[in-house]
Amino acid sequence: MAILEVKNLKKNFGELEVLKGIDFSIEKGDVMAVIGSSGNGKTTLLRCINFLETPNEGEIIVNGETLFDASQKENASERDIRKKRLHFGLVFQNFNLFPQYTVLGNVMLAKELLEKERPDYKQNKKQIKAEIEAEARKILDDVGLSDKLDFYPHQLSGGQQQRVAIARALALKPDILCFDEPTSALDPELTGEVLKVIKSLADSNTTMIVVTHEMTFARDVANKIIFMDEGKILEEGSPEDIFENPRHERVREFIGGIGAI
Amino acid sequence: MFENFLLWFQQNLPEIKEVMLSLNEGFLKSLEIFFLTLLGAVPLGLVIALGSMSSIGLIRWFNKIMVWIIRGTPLMLQLIIIYYGPGIILDNNWWGSGAAGRFIAAMIAFILNYACYFSEIYRGGIEGIPKGQYEAGEVLGMTRSQIFFKVVLLQVVKRIIPPMGNEVITLVKDTSLVRVIAVYELMWNGQNFIKSEGIIWPMFFTGVYYLVFSGILTVFLGWLEKKMDYFKV
Repeated sequence: MAILEVKNLKKNFGELEVLKGIDFSIEKGDVMAVIGSSGNGKTTLLRCINFLETPNEGEIIVNGETLFDASQKENASERDIRKKRLHFGLVFQNFNLFPQYTVLGNVMLAKELLEKERPDYKQNKKQIKAEIEAEARKILDDVGLSDKLDFYPHQLSGGQQQRVAIARALALKPDILCFDEPTSALDPELTGEVLKVIKSLADSNTTMIVVTHEMTFARDVANKIIFMDEGKILEEGSPEDIFENPRHERVREFIGGIGAI
Repeated sequence: MFENFLLWFQQNLPEIKEVMLSLNEGFLKSLEIFFLTLLGAVPLGLVIALGSMSSIGLIRWFNKIMVWIIRGTPLMLQLIIIYYGPGIILDNNWWGSGAAGRFIAAMIAFILNYACYFSEIYRGGIEGIPKGQYEAGEVLGMTRSQIFFKVVLLQVVKRIIPPMGNEVITLVKDTSLVRVIAVYELMWNGQNFIKSEGIIWPMFFTGVYYLVFSGILTVFLGWLEKKMDYFKV
């Protein structure tokens, strides 16, 4: 069964149709790269999947459970929406770390708030907190930041900040981790360290959707690529399909334009 | 010169004592106005700020018009209208004729006035928080109130400390306006010696109280700003 199915997703901003019917599905462990030039709906697609935008039409199904169906006008409570959200994690282009928390605090905060709702939180407070912290330390170690636990975001480089953001998303163990141009705000030197982390996640079978302009990265790390153009998926396939035998002239131009392949 | 001062001091010791007692008493009243105004206006300002950002048009406009009226007229006029208004317009003097009533009227005027100024500072602080902070909280499954209290609030506080500091220092001196409805505070008591004893120096001397108090506040605000230096927004 597909871990994520997106059916006929449409999104308008007023008169402007940004997504004109997107369909795709991914399996557990897939890494899907979303490519295409700016302004073609890639970010909006990620934002719809993460419930930051409400699609006008379409369905989002995770593990066979319909999380969103535009034809069912339900008044989902905030609690329900939060539960649905937790299937996904999102790493932003601009990191969006919480400036007043340390690296460790950023990674622990959401999990702590979530665990407070456990009925046994009060009795086992100490133990639960210790577990959250141990887990956060482990994740930060995995992204290579165990020596920065007590630093504040402004004391870190962009690449380090983005790795904290990845750790923060991982702390909630999402089924699908989404990246919105995770390296676009970074210089080439820092881009490498972030891509390395994403690649190691791919190697450990994390299901991911990565909106990116890093073509080499998309080719080497993703096992599935969709090319978006004017709010639609123009072409989808394996990296070989897209990079070596594109069916559309538009895709060929785009990839050719990137050059470095 | 110093010797002259010493001489004057010795000769007038009883009078100086009397003046200081009176000024101290007035200063206590000024402090009371200062702290009660902050106590009321800090939370009320937040209510007005949230109101002026409300998605409900009626609430938003009510708050915006109130802020416009309060910020657009002198505090002294507001004191007069709030104190005399009910008696003249409604033919019903809510405040009675005693000092207690005058004080309550003054506090209402001050709290309302400062709440409106604070609300604009809060609004600027809240609206200045990048949308990404809210979105990051949302995708991490936080509730709206968790995002406000755990993520946004401290960043807002850090942003508003300098402009709030400005208003607080202004408030120290604005407390002297209440004498227009005969609330006996520091400057009233100082001025009183002109009429009763024909001496003007007590009036001058009130300046020392204002200076010392605003000096203490300035140090405190600087300390607070420093406390918040551990993170950047």
